[in-house]
Amino acid sequence: MASNKQDGQSAGARSNDDIGVSTRLDLYRLQVEIRDCEKRAYDLFLQNLIKGTSHLSLGQEAVAAGFGVAMEKGDKSFCTYRGHAHTLARGAPMEGVLGELMLRDNGLMRGKGGSMHLTSVEHGVMGSYAIIGAHLCIACGSAWRAQYLGDKDVTVCFFGDGTTNIGAFHEALNFAVIWKLPVIFVCENNLYMEYTPIGDVTAVEHPAADRAAAYGLPRILIDGNDADVVYRTAEAAIAKARDGGGPSLIECLTYRHSGHSRADPAKYRPPGELETWLERDPIKIYKQRLAEFGITQEQIDAIDAESMRKVEEATAACKAAPQAPLDLLTADVYADGGWAWRN
Amino acid sequence: MAELSYRDAVIRAISQEMERDNNVVFLGEDVAKAGGVFKATVGLYETFGPKRVRDTPISEQAILGAAMGAAMTGLRPIAELMFSDFAAVCFDFIANEMPKLAYMTNGQLTCPVVIRTGNGAGVRFGAQHSQSIENWTMMIPGLKVVAPSSPVDVIGLMAAAVRDNDPVIFHEHKALYATKGEVPDGEIIDRLGTAKVLRSGKDCTILALALMVPRALEAAEALARDHGIDAEVIDVRSLVPLDTQTILGSVAKTGRLFTVEENPRLLGWGAEIASIAADEAFWDLDGPIVRITTPHIPLPAADHLEDLALPNAPRIVDKIVRVMNG
Repeated sequence: MASNKQDGQSAGARSNDDIGVSTRLDLYRLQVEIRDCEKRAYDLFLQNLIKGTSHLSLGQEAVAAGFGVAMEKGDKSFCTYRGHAHTLARGAPMEGVLGELMLRDNGLMRGKGGSMHLTSVEHGVMGSYAIIGAHLCIACGSAWRAQYLGDKDVTVCFFGDGTTNIGAFHEALNFAVIWKLPVIFVCENNLYMEYTPIGDVTAVEHPAADRAAAYGLPRILIDGNDADVVYRTAEAAIAKARDGGGPSLIECLTYRHSGHSRADPAKYRPPGELETWLERDPIKIYKQRLAEFGITQEQIDAIDAESMRKVEEATAACKAAPQAPLDLLTADVYADGGWAWRN
Repeated sequence: MAELSYRDAVIRAISQEMERDNNVVFLGEDVAKAGGVFKATVGLYETFGPKRVRDTPISEQAILGAAMGAAMTGLRPIAELMFSDFAAVCFDFIANEMPKLAYMTNGQLTCPVVIRTGNGAGVRFGAQHSQSIENWTMMIPGLKVVAPSSPVDVIGLMAAAVRDNDPVIFHEHKALYATKGEVPDGEIIDRLGTAKVLRSGKDCTILALALMVPRALEAAEALARDHGIDAEVIDVRSLVPLDTQTILGSVAKTGRLFTVEENPRLLGWGAEIASIAADEAFWDLDGPIVRITTPHIPLPAADHLEDLALPNAPRIVDKIVRVMNG
C-alpha cells in the first residue's frame, strides 16, 4: 500500500506546508490536464481514431506533475512508452501529443514515432523509449554532456517497476554513480510489470528503493500519488544533481487505473484493489489538499474548465488535421534529411 | 610522409579529431589509463586528460547509451566496443536506439556517435572474439558502416566518421593493427561512401574489405603472374553508404565480379552487392558473380583451422581461375 516514508538521506527535507498557492495550482492544473488528456485518448481509441498501441498514465499523474513543476526550462526528460504524462508535464502542447497518438501531421513527430516515442526537444523532452532499460543509459549520456560542458541542466529519467529487472537498469545506476552524473532516476512502481505483479518476479519488496544500497545511493521511497511529496522530493534531488551531488534513485508508489495498454482489461488484479487505490486517486487527494490550504472551489472549477477547453480544442484540431504527406516516409533516415544508403 | 602502423593510425586519428574539436570525447573499457587492450589508444589519456578520455566499467549498454545521450545533446563521442562480438550484448543501441533516433523524432534529434570496434579473425581468439560482424551492422537503416584496411584510411575515414552527423560503426580489423603503411603529414580527412580502386585491371573485379584487402591484392598479383588474369581490386571501405558507382563502373569494364568476404556466408555484404550487380549490371557481366567467403560456421580457435576458414590468397586465386577458365 502507499507509503509516505522516506529512508536514508531524506529527499523531502523541507515541509510541504510552504509549497505555496501558485505552485500548488500548477501541480493541480498539470494533474488535471494529464488526466483529461489521457481520458480523451481512451475515448479516441474507442472511436478508432487512435491506432496502434497506447499506454495511459491514468492514476499516475502526480509523478509527472510533481517533476514537471520542479524541473526548470532546459532540464532534460527521458520517458518510456508510457510517456504522455511526462511529455505534457514539460509543457508540450496537447494537440501535438494527441496528434501523434492519432498519427496525424500535427503530431509532435508528424506521426512518424507514434504514442510510444513522444519527443519534444524544445520542451526538453528528449524522447520516449520503448525498449525497456535503454533510456536509463541514454539519460546518463545527457547528464555526462552537462557535466562535461559545465551546463547546469539536470536530466530526469522516468521508468516503470518492470525496468528494475533488466541489465541496463543496473549498468546505468552504476555508471551514473561512478561518474557522479546529474541524473535522477524515477521509478513509478505501479505494482505491475505489464500483466504480472512486480512482487512475483522481483527479489526485493521495493524494486528500485531496495536496490539503491547496491549503488551506494540513499533509499528513497515515496507516495507517488501525493503531488506535494513528489514535488518536494523532486526539488531536493534536482538541487542535489545541479549542485554536483550526483544521481538519485527515487521509487514512487502509485497505481495505474487502467490496463497496461489498450489491449489489456487488467483482469489479473485482485478484487477490490482498484477500488482501494481509487480512494487514493492523486487528483482526489490533491483537491482535498487545495481545500485545506484555502483554495476555493471556484479556483478549482476554473482550472477544470480550462483543462477541458484545451482538450476539446486539441481534439478538434487533431480530428481536422490531415496525415503527413507521403514523402515523409523516407525523410530523416539520416541527419541530412534523406535516406540514401548508396550513390 | 611517414610509415605508420594501423594501430598508431587509430591513435593519430582520434588525436587529430580531439585536437580539432573539444566536443569530441572518448570512452570505453580499458581505453584510458591502460591505452586499450590492442594498444590502439595509448597516450590519449595523457594528452587529453581524464575528462575527455574515460575508462568505463564492463557495461556495453551504458557505454553506447552514454555515447548516444551525449551525442543527441551536443557532444561527438567516440565509444569503443572492445570486440565487435560484444555488439550482441548491446545491440539494442546499435539496432534500435541510435539509428532510429532521427527518423522517429522527425529530425528533432541526431546521433553523431562513432562506435569503434575490434572486428575480425586471425588472432586465434575463438568463436566469440573473432567474428566479422560488418554484415550484422549493414542491415540497419540509419547506421553507417565503415571498415578500413590501411593506416591512411583509418585516419581519413575516422575523421569523416567523427564529423558525420549520423551514428557510424567503425570496424577496425584486429589482425591489421600491426600492419604498416605510408601516411601523409598533416590533417587527413576522407569521405564516407567511397570505395577505392587499389589495383587497376581489365579482366575481373575483386571487391574486398578490411583484412581481405591485402589478401585480394596478393591474389591479384598471383593471378597476373601465374595465370595471365588482370584483376581490378577495389577496397569497398564503406558498406553504408555504399559506393555502387565505383563498383558497377568497374564491372562494366571487366565483365566479371568476385567478392572476398570474411563474414560467414549467409547474407554477407557481398550478397547485397551481387544482388545490385545482377539487377543493374547484368548485361555487363560475362559470367556468374562469385562470392568467396568464410564458410557458414563459427570460427575455431586452432590456428590451422582458423586459417582454413578464412579466404586467403591461394583460395581466391584458385576460385577465380576455375571460374574464369571454366
